[in-house]
Amino acid sequence: MAYVPLADQDKEMEMHHPHNWVEEYVFSQDHKVIAIQYGSIAVFTGIVGLTLSVLFRLQLGFPESVDFIDPNFYYQAVTMHGMIMVVYFLTALFLGGFGNYMIPLMCGARDMVFPFMNMLSVWTFLISVIILMASFFVGGGPTGAGWTLYPPQTAMEGTPGHDMGIVLMLISLAVFIIATTMGGLNYAVTVLQYRCRGLTMMRLPLTVWGIFVATVLALFAFPALLVAAIMMLFDTLLGTSFFMPAVIEAGQPLDHNGGSPLLFQHLFWFFGHPEVYIVALPAFGLVSDVLSTHARKNIFGYRMMVWAIVAIGGLSFIVWAHHMYVSGMHPYFGFFFATTTLIIAVPTAMKVYNWVLTLWEGDIRLNAPMYFAIGFIFTFIHGGLTGLFLGNVVIDLPLSDTYFVIAHFHMVMGVSPILVLFAAIYHWYPLMSGRMFNEKIAKLHFWLTFLGAYAIYLPMHYLGFLGVPRRYYVLGETDFIPMSAQDLNAAITIAAIFVAVAQLLFFWNIIWSLKHGKKAEKNPWGSASLEWQTPDLPPKHGNWGEDLPTVYRWAYDYSVPGAHEDFIPQNTPESVEPTVDTEHFDPDHDQSKADI
Amino acid sequence: MSVFKHLAVKPWERKGIIGGLKPEGAFDSPAERVALSFFLVIASVVFSLFTVSYFIRMELPDWQPLSEPAQLWFNTGLLVLSSVFFQWARSASNSEQPKNLITAFIGGGVFAILFIAGQLMTWESLQAGGYYLTSNPANAFYYLMTGLHAVHLLGGLWVWSKSSLRLLSGAEAKEVRLSIELCTVYWHFLLVVWLVLFAVLANT
Ligand code: HEM
Ligand SMILES: [Cu+2]
Repeated sequence: MAYVPLADQDKEMEMHHPHNWVEEYVFSQDHKVIAIQYGSIAVFTGIVGLTLSVLFRLQLGFPESVDFIDPNFYYQAVTMHGMIMVVYFLTALFLGGFGNYMIPLMCGARDMVFPFMNMLSVWTFLISVIILMASFFVGGGPTGAGWTLYPPQTAMEGTPGHDMGIVLMLISLAVFIIATTMGGLNYAVTVLQYRCRGLTMMRLPLTVWGIFVATVLALFAFPALLVAAIMMLFDTLLGTSFFMPAVIEAGQPLDHNGGSPLLFQHLFWFFGHPEVYIVALPAFGLVSDVLSTHARKNIFGYRMMVWAIVAIGGLSFIVWAHHMYVSGMHPYFGFFFATTTLIIAVPTAMKVYNWVLTLWEGDIRLNAPMYFAIGFIFTFIHGGLTGLFLGNVVIDLPLSDTYFVIAHFHMVMGVSPILVLFAAIYHWYPLMSGRMFNEKIAKLHFWLTFLGAYAIYLPMHYLGFLGVPRRYYVLGETDFIPMSAQDLNAAITIAAIFVAVAQLLFFWNIIWSLKHGKKAEKNPWGSASLEWQTPDLPPKHGNWGEDLPTVYRWAYDYSVPGAHEDFIPQNTPESVEPTVDTEHFDPDHDQSKADI
Repeated sequence: MSVFKHLAVKPWERKGIIGGLKPEGAFDSPAERVALSFFLVIASVVFSLFTVSYFIRMELPDWQPLSEPAQLWFNTGLLVLSSVFFQWARSASNSEQPKNLITAFIGGGVFAILFIAGQLMTWESLQAGGYYLTSNPANAFYYLMTGLHAVHLLGGLWVWSKSSLRLLSGAEAKEVRLSIELCTVYWHFLLVVWLVLFAVLANT
């Protein structure tokens, strides 16, 4: 099998075959190995981010109880936590991890279009993580300017890491963007060009749609961060004044003059808002497939789901300034962005309805992946609703920079995508490892995580209403915050430690099951989509053995009336599994119900 | 492209093989060309954001317009020549018996290198004239934007050098045809970017 076409329509191309151990597992060009590498590095950064959060929660819950947590350390921990979780953990895991694993399999291709560039991408990503982590060890430590890195704060004497820390952060981000661009070109072009015979765009599982649109967002939004990072590097290292205004620090004027901090905010959020959907859209896609498979029903309103993904992707570029309502913008400007922000909630809400309607009258299998997927619907509705509050300028003004915002984005961007990640990892675990995980432990993991997350974030909404500001080392005394707020903070910290420790169940489960889990049978969930139809489980290098698959139907033929089983794989020809002619099929003899 | 038609399809109704060997919605061109089109959009975003930032920063009171060195006109000529040579190479590579292919292709790259050298000379003359990076935001933008454009050219030259080596070691025209075509497209793109940047810099 030296020469095989990587995909039907492509020229014959030599598939890279590993010659030794190193080429097979280290410098591999197999998308599945790269996916695991990407995923493992991302999870590692996630663990660092989680640890940091436990540390700064200790300070918030029990002020000054831990010796080494001084104000500087607190700010550094908060900053690094935010940036790590958003960029190096979630983005990398969804795009580099799941994108790499799922796209070629779900598209019926042997690999990505540019396997070598794919390998470069993961190693570049590793370098960016090393640079980031190096900032913990340089003099002055990592930057403590908040994950939004607003100037002039980043460069001020009083901000920890204002010299080396911020420089390493910006360089690391630039390197990360190069890695994502190399990966992203691969994902997007693979989806467009390497689908197997018969697999039209509208037959793709929503997972691929979500990752595809998120990739396009990443390709076009990260440049804004790159531009901002380059100009800020110039300001910090070379003394220009793109963003740095004239500042007087400890009585001394700094060398900078006349720069515009607002310009930075615009660039940052022009990247920042699409970024939240770069994380959310893959999660939307993955959860749709998990829900549909375990409800044994086709996803409700497939076309609407695709349109919503595309619409959200487009709209997410024109809402960025809702993060800047308090920056003193012109009221009409705020009005415009409030309107677009509320409009983007419409396709988002449509997706939620469709998830719920997919469950409606389904033959629901309540297993661990399904627990997490349903849990996601709850947390996402919750976080989406608070987003609607914040989207209105007048409501946002008092709530901005309080714990209400923290609660909003953790429900919507922290808890929700992570629940989907767990759902997806459990769901595809048999495919990736060939083993089943321990179902009981997984369910226990769900309840602890789900209830624990509510115990952490629900009270934060209330703290926000009280006016407790975010990014404060200690609360101190105020006229408006009652002393009892501190008790709530302590309770939140205890819940956070609890949830963090509960994740050990997850790690134990997936590691233990690698060796001791029950051997998975082929297609254990009875899934219709292509990734489960490979000749081997887990799929081998090249995925499809001798022949590439041919697709005859969409990815959601579940519980089709008259079929042999309650699912029909995408590569089953019509002759084998005659399908109902939807134009004329009608169980109730009621013509008006035939079309949705 | 009939994107809307595709999006309106009811996939649950249509069964069977659709689209033959190339499934519906795939572009009728090699993956490398599709990837390059994506990259051109990304690069356009980068340059546009710098340009927008330039206009925003320009409004602030400390801005002192820079009078661009006249040498830029000469450099622009070099870059135009470079593009012309690439176009020449491209049409040569399309013919059955390519003539002067090597001259055209290598010539294109050489003019690009001369262009970069010319840009560096403007930097030096600005330095000599006391227009330092930090003395004014207009200067900073000048160095930044010309530098970034040159970096993009260098990236192109890297691909160019690989293809040139293959041509010189006797590769046939059809083996490098795609690479020549993509280089040409990229060069034209960078020429357009440069013309826009030049217009912006010179008129403000
Ligand atoms: C239903 C649609 C949504 C609306 C209307 C909305 C609205 C808002 C608004 C107005 C803010 C700014 C609050 C402030 O700083 O004062 C905000 C913050 C935020 N939102 Fe949303 N949001 C929505 C959905 C999402 C989603 C889906 C995600 C992520 C997956 C997300 C992630 C974030 C993040 C990370 C922040 C805080 C950034 C920071 O200041 O550090 N939001 N949201
Ligand atoms: Cu936003």
